[in-house]
Amino acid sequence: MPYDLHLRVWRGDAGGGELHDFTVPVEEGEVVLDALHRVQQTQAGDLAVRWNCKAGKCGSCSAEINGRPRLMCMARLSLFDPADTITVTPMRTFPVIRDLVTDVSFNYEMSARVPAFLPRPREADGTHRMAQEDVDRVQEFHKCIECFLCQDVCHVIRDHDENKPSFAGPRVFIKYAELEMHPLDTNDRRDLLREQAGIGFCNITKCCSEVCPEGIHITDNAIIPLKERVADRSYDPLVWLGNTIRRRPRK
Amino acid sequence: MVDHEEHTYDVVVVGAGGAGLRAAIEAHESGARTAIVCKSLLGKAHTVMAEGGIAAAMGNVWSEDGWKVHFRDTMRGGKMLNNWRMAQLHAQEAPERVFELEEWGAVFDRTDDGRILQRDFGGHRFARLAHVGDRTGLELIRTLQNRAVRSRIDVYMECTVLRLLHAGGEGRSGRLAGVFGYWRESGTFLSLHAPAVVLATGGIGKAYQVTSNSWEYTGDGHALALEAGAELMDMEFVQFHPTGMVWPPSVKGILVTEGVRGDGGVLRNSEGRRFMFDYIPEVFASETADSEEEADRWYDDKKTARRPPELLPRDEVARAINSEIKAGRGSPHGGVFLDIASRRPADVIRRRLPSMYHQFKELADVDITKESMEVGPTCHYVMGGIRVDADTAAASVPGLFAAGECAAGMHGSNRLGGNSLGDLLVFGRRAGRYAAEYAAALPKRTRPSVDPAEVEAVRSVALAPFGRDPTANPYTVHAKLQRVMQDLVGIIRTESELQRALDELAELRAEAAVVGVEGHRQFNPGWHLALDLTNMVRVAECIATAALARRESRGGHTRDDYPKPDPAFGAVNHVLDLHGGVLRLRTEPLPQMPDELRTLFDAPVAKAPDAPAVPTPAVPVPPTAGDFERVVQQRSS
Repeated sequence: MPYDLHLRVWRGDAGGGELHDFTVPVEEGEVVLDALHRVQQTQAGDLAVRWNCKAGKCGSCSAEINGRPRLMCMARLSLFDPADTITVTPMRTFPVIRDLVTDVSFNYEMSARVPAFLPRPREADGTHRMAQEDVDRVQEFHKCIECFLCQDVCHVIRDHDENKPSFAGPRVFIKYAELEMHPLDTNDRRDLLREQAGIGFCNITKCCSEVCPEGIHITDNAIIPLKERVADRSYDPLVWLGNTIRRRPRK
Repeated sequence: MVDHEEHTYDVVVVGAGGAGLRAAIEAHESGARTAIVCKSLLGKAHTVMAEGGIAAAMGNVWSEDGWKVHFRDTMRGGKMLNNWRMAQLHAQEAPERVFELEEWGAVFDRTDDGRILQRDFGGHRFARLAHVGDRTGLELIRTLQNRAVRSRIDVYMECTVLRLLHAGGEGRSGRLAGVFGYWRESGTFLSLHAPAVVLATGGIGKAYQVTSNSWEYTGDGHALALEAGAELMDMEFVQFHPTGMVWPPSVKGILVTEGVRGDGGVLRNSEGRRFMFDYIPEVFASETADSEEEADRWYDDKKTARRPPELLPRDEVARAINSEIKAGRGSPHGGVFLDIASRRPADVIRRRLPSMYHQFKELADVDITKESMEVGPTCHYVMGGIRVDADTAAASVPGLFAAGECAAGMHGSNRLGGNSLGDLLVFGRRAGRYAAEYAAALPKRTRPSVDPAEVEAVRSVALAPFGRDPTANPYTVHAKLQRVMQDLVGIIRTESELQRALDELAELRAEAAVVGVEGHRQFNPGWHLALDLTNMVRVAECIATAALARRESRGGHTRDDYPKPDPAFGAVNHVLDLHGGVLRLRTEPLPQMPDELRTLFDAPVAKAPDAPAVPTPAVPVPPTAGDFERVVQQRSS
């Protein structure tokens, strides 16, 4: 049923800003992004919103709706009571550019540090052979649409800018995991994970998994197995002893 | 604040979808200093929306498949209006492009013996689409994105190109010297100097009201090329994908993958009838099932059964759905029913079509494992685009190259599903390679340089909306444009409506030229739309002009007043250019196919060959040595 929706939208830039009230007519089946588009079309043509596909596939329109990190294109208005005011604010973990648009370059920088895929040679017949069961896990991680909501919600970097240089964040851990678990990959990223990506900072509160719009089990399927691998390599006393006795320089 | 920065490269690629990324990777690997400019963040381009797969005749599931069969399917799907050479190159090179993606980290779904699984799709004779569930585009773009990042290619994200710059003093027919644009984030300008520019800007869907396309699809590459003196071709052919969501209103147009039908889904009208059996055209009659029993058998038995009519090319299915709705046999929200719930087990549906399941559940409260979806045609793809050389992707302007959706020729009058991902890999790579070669062949001292006066002129036009009355709102003009295109230049067209469209587009052109915006230059969507709007209006004029001239029905162009194909029109392409600011249209005869390829079309194929039993996706068997020989042969040919 059509009704008038009350919205409070944060507007401002790096220098500061505040919540602005808007009232827009909305229709059945609409999402928060529809309401914001109507605000743009009729009341504030310069309201900055980042979006692309409007179908939950590109991960551009991330924001915080009533404080919860969400994709605006997948947040249906039917989730809320028509009488309620919906508050939309930019992702808090990243610097604001303008209004709801944030500077997410941190994620691209952390991602670029991950050593690339390095496949083993092809089989004699020119193909790569992999069983579906062996790629299921990797395919789960490849579902990531890089909305960065997991990065936004992660308390290691949310409100802790000082941790950013040494903590890659859940999105990037998935990337490590998808490469580490890729049946064809030959690179070893375990030392890097501990030393540069800061996987030890994560204390598995699973907030990232909770906000993931793709339902990726970030903590259970990526972070915990990675922690185990890192621990096996760096903190296993037998491995340590073996490395010390044989004095084999670590690669 | 620096208001205008300048950088120098050998090759600048405009667009970071599949074609742009593949072009940039190739240019970089050919030794060119390469930059990518894209309107969105890296990895968000419209390619992520591609669902079904990449058509490539690898022969993993049906060893009878090969490039010649794929070539034939592509040409027939395009109603023979395709550039035969592009269709040939595509069919020959697509398998190697898929293997290459795997080498770069992509993880396709597997056959039981560990090879890349291939799925059925409309118009393709064999199961041919390499895929990752129903999110193949995401896999493709992420793989290419990782590769580009690894190669340290410079990426100018959230940056819009406003003009292709000509060499100073050479005029509109002269060589290119770079591009000029602005950062969306700050609103400041930049020039990228480069002798070679690859346009890979995608399509034009945002000129229509109901579309599967994202906001970026505003025809920028088409308009930039036209403005720079290049030619557009086949602009009348716009693909309406048969299955877009129709409800709720906010998601109207969002794509429902053809994979639903490829995996067994069927279309029904309000009477429950599988109406596609009533719409089998003569040309496909010999290879299409004529009973439900035969159609259903085909999924497991391709030897004795023919394809279900739901898997006819997209233009046929879209027209059929349109007719059913017009005849009053539509679904409650103005579509038809797409049913896979009653035909496949729930766990299979969730595994094969995870994002469709998610999309309907989240956005429409529909559980596709239990109920039918409501679907209807949605503007999806433009077959027309920049006229390029088949082998080198070079446009007529020296230094300009184009690949992917913004280039013309490959798909003729109608594109087959799965052929666009193949297209952007094959021709993205070619555009990147030949752009790099072109740049390398120019001695340093003879490199073209830009004309500062041209830059200044574009700059002042771009800033003009800030000085004008913001009540002339770009959003309003955009909405009017979408209505005109939807109502008058849509799936079914007539002379009088096209005439009216051209009149209204002329008015909209004038309106778009005087829109005003509020606020300032920093990330201002109103301003961004004001600048994109002129491109959309220009492209809309091209579509309407070419559609008016083509007095026949063919592929993605259906005329109510000329409902049949006309052999005379079947022998020509429509070519458009700008002369003194005026759009000109002329006809060009199709390039002639060599005889050895022509023979592929002589004998219609009634049913699949009686070859040794070949595995279907459900029950694969170990491959034989012969299978591999054939794969290797295809890849090396």
